[in-house]
Amino acid sequence: MSVITLPVPTRVAGDAADRGFRWLATGAALLVLVALAAAAGSMLWGGRAAFGKFGFGFLVSRTWDPVAHEFGALIPIYGTLVTALIAILIAVPVSFGIAMFLTEVAPKWMRGAIGAAVELLAAIPSIIYGMWGLFVLVPALAEHVYPWVDAHMGSWPLVGVLFSGPPLGLGMLTAGLVLAIMIIPFIASVMREVFLTVPGRLKESAYALGSTRWEVVWDVVLPYTRSAVVGGIFLGLGRALGETMAVTFVLGNSHDLTASLLMPGNSIAATIANEFTEADSPMYRSSLIALGFVLFLVTFVVLAAARLMLRRLSRQEGNR
Amino acid sequence: MNAWHIGVRGAKNAVAQVLATLATAFGLFWLGWILWTTLLNGLASINLALFTQMTPPPGETGGLLNAFVGSALMSGLGVLIGAPIGVLAGTYLAEYGRGAWFGEVIRFVNDILLSAPSIVLGLFVYTLVVARVGHFSALAGSLSLALIVLPVVVRTTDEMLRLVPTQMREAALSLGVPQWKVTTQVLYRASLPGIVTGILLALARISGETAPLLFTALNNQYWTTDLSAPMANVPVVIFQYAMSPYDNWHSLAWAGAFFLTLFVLLVGLAARAIVSRHRMTHD
Repeated sequence: MSVITLPVPTRVAGDAADRGFRWLATGAALLVLVALAAAAGSMLWGGRAAFGKFGFGFLVSRTWDPVAHEFGALIPIYGTLVTALIAILIAVPVSFGIAMFLTEVAPKWMRGAIGAAVELLAAIPSIIYGMWGLFVLVPALAEHVYPWVDAHMGSWPLVGVLFSGPPLGLGMLTAGLVLAIMIIPFIASVMREVFLTVPGRLKESAYALGSTRWEVVWDVVLPYTRSAVVGGIFLGLGRALGETMAVTFVLGNSHDLTASLLMPGNSIAATIANEFTEADSPMYRSSLIALGFVLFLVTFVVLAAARLMLRRLSRQEGNR
Repeated sequence: MNAWHIGVRGAKNAVAQVLATLATAFGLFWLGWILWTTLLNGLASINLALFTQMTPPPGETGGLLNAFVGSALMSGLGVLIGAPIGVLAGTYLAEYGRGAWFGEVIRFVNDILLSAPSIVLGLFVYTLVVARVGHFSALAGSLSLALIVLPVVVRTTDEMLRLVPTQMREAALSLGVPQWKVTTQVLYRASLPGIVTGILLALARISGETAPLLFTALNNQYWTTDLSAPMANVPVVIFQYAMSPYDNWHSLAWAGAFFLTLFVLLVGLAARAIVSRHRMTHD
């Protein structure tokens, strides 16, 4: 009886290369994580002088005095939130209308072309929006719209104070409007995409029962995609909060706190863009980086919420 | 159910459809206006000097040559740094990290980086590079652009590789081909159009980015190809010239805006054309 000796399986020659490639890919993936963590860390580090000196008061102080080295973030934070809120209030209903038009209302031949146009327009750099805002929209609003707003809406009870002021053209309302125009194609294309994920048989069943198009969109499509739609809105909000160039042009760069939306204001991103290269003292510079850290935190929370909600829809789809 | 009820439903439906159509018209109206303004002012400012002369001091004539070259250099370098890392990281997500918690975390973080405000990335590179070295540089500018390229490429590579059917991997692996060869020679080849599209989209995105360049590459009135010096670039030139009170600077800013928009739209169209020509079928 002879023993059959099987050849010992030799490791394939590519084994080392295989492991090397795997590590390379893992390292690259790790770099994504490191980049985000390092961005947060470096801004916390860069802003440590401001955080250390002003403490929590940095967030609630309205002083912004480069000469006395006293800095507070209240006015930029307020401006960022208000302009983003105006943008969302305008952009959400319009985007919903566009998404509904592109998925249910428009004739088939129109859908592809307009959908593609909306997606291409979402890619136009924000500086173009800002420049158009400054040279075209601001004079138009100052001349034709804001005098009317001041005269008619300025005397409304409660909200009147928001709409009264000199018709400068520049200001929070203008910035909110430019932001809205900028995020409309963005939110609309996300909404259109999630509306398209609704299974045809659900919609067809509703139509077969005699539902109107509006009822299909409101009672079938929207409930099915609710979390993703909210996620898309939050993505737009994240963009509006962090947008720099579109608002810097039209916000007016003023560090006064006013209730009127027609008055110039400031936002976190606009403050940094306008003042960073002119910041002449370490405390000034550190305060601006600290502002950047605040912006990072706010957008991180908004974007994380957006992604979690968008993910819920894709998971739901995967289970089907 | 009565006629009145049906009438209300019909009316609601009609109103909703009219409003949806109006919303689309409203959205397209602003965008059309913006493109029209850019086109009109841009065409009025085009001349040969744009491509032969440097950015001028106020009141003098000049062009945008140094800015065009600077933008091309920094965007190109940004893609060169960001894209390979992005493709590798996307490969990890699609091939090695499927279903693993680490892969999920990376995918989540990447999605956040994808929409993080670009000004924040600029500040990051400022504290990381510019503050250490002590001066603004084109290299720092490219680095901040690479940070924007990275998540875009990761995302598209991940998505495109997942579209490649599993049978292709199994077929190659069962022939004894090591996995890295399967990835580089089979999977990359199958998903090449998609990956290229992702890189093009990233290029379109960074060519108009202004905020991150403000604190990294800054601007330079003169011709330079020195990567360790501040470098002119189209977006920052547009920003500075548009905010200035000088008419000839405004006209140069419009010319820059025109070519920027044209470039971004053309690259976007090219990306679309690639996708539609190579639409993958898995049947």
